[in-house]
Amino acid sequence: MPVTDVKHDMDNLTLTIVADFAAPPTRIWEVYADPRQLERVWGPPTYPATFVDHSLTPGSRCTYYMTSPEGEKYAGYWDVTETNEPSDFSFDDGFADADLNPDPSMPVGRNVYTFTEHAGGTRATYVATYASAEALQKVLDMGMVEGATSAINQIDDLVAS
Amino acid sequence: MSKRIDQQEDAADAMFHALADRTRRDILRRVLAGEHSVSALAASYDMSFAAVQKHVAVLEKAGLVTKRRSGREALASGDVEAVRSVRSMLLELEAVWRGRIARIDELIAEPNPHERNE
Repeated sequence: MPVTDVKHDMDNLTLTIVADFAAPPTRIWEVYADPRQLERVWGPPTYPATFVDHSLTPGSRCTYYMTSPEGEKYAGYWDVTETNEPSDFSFDDGFADADLNPDPSMPVGRNVYTFTEHAGGTRATYVATYASAEALQKVLDMGMVEGATSAINQIDDLVAS
Repeated sequence: MSKRIDQQEDAADAMFHALADRTRRDILRRVLAGEHSVSALAASYDMSFAAVQKHVAVLEKAGLVTKRRSGREALASGDVEAVRSVRSMLLELEAVWRGRIARIDELIAEPNPHERNE
């Protein structure tokens, strides 16, 4: 199990995940820098991601869409703000419309990904911060494509009670 | 979206709106620990009784707090199940990340595609 630590900061709406990988930082960096590799890890297997534009350089906008089993497309973008290969990069992660243009009515998450050498492999630290609980909730709507039906069932129970 | 899904989304909206406020989170922590009268709650904050009453009403509308009358007092208590469902939504976001991390693990276990092509 590569995830070693998870922190939910309810007040600042920050989720921090620490994971250890059995490969050097240059290899993990490559996963994010190569769109063909990135699209294999970004969307869940049932919602594969396709990166249309991709460049891991400051000022670049990466665009992608995920395709549902029914063929529906969910688009998003990354605005890359800072890169320090192979140790860290930062980007704003948002939702896009069908033409891959950012949807300003949807929340943007600020992300910092850091990769450091650790025990012959890489310790990756993922930090995502949302502006408001409402923003987090909208992101969760998108996260539901992951198929975490247990959570939806719990809302079901809540509505029924 | 179906009507059922809409209702679920409305419920989630109400919960996250209720939890987006620091005072309301504080009230919720107190009433989860035990039943409190609204006037006792109001004594803890530097705001009017009416303002605290409003905060409790928002929590109640979101299903996070239940209220009952006892004589002249309104008694509020936290709904543990509802709070659990909020927690489960945060866990859901975590699940998205865990899925990505597991897939990176699988990917790096394969031969490097660049080396493979050479």
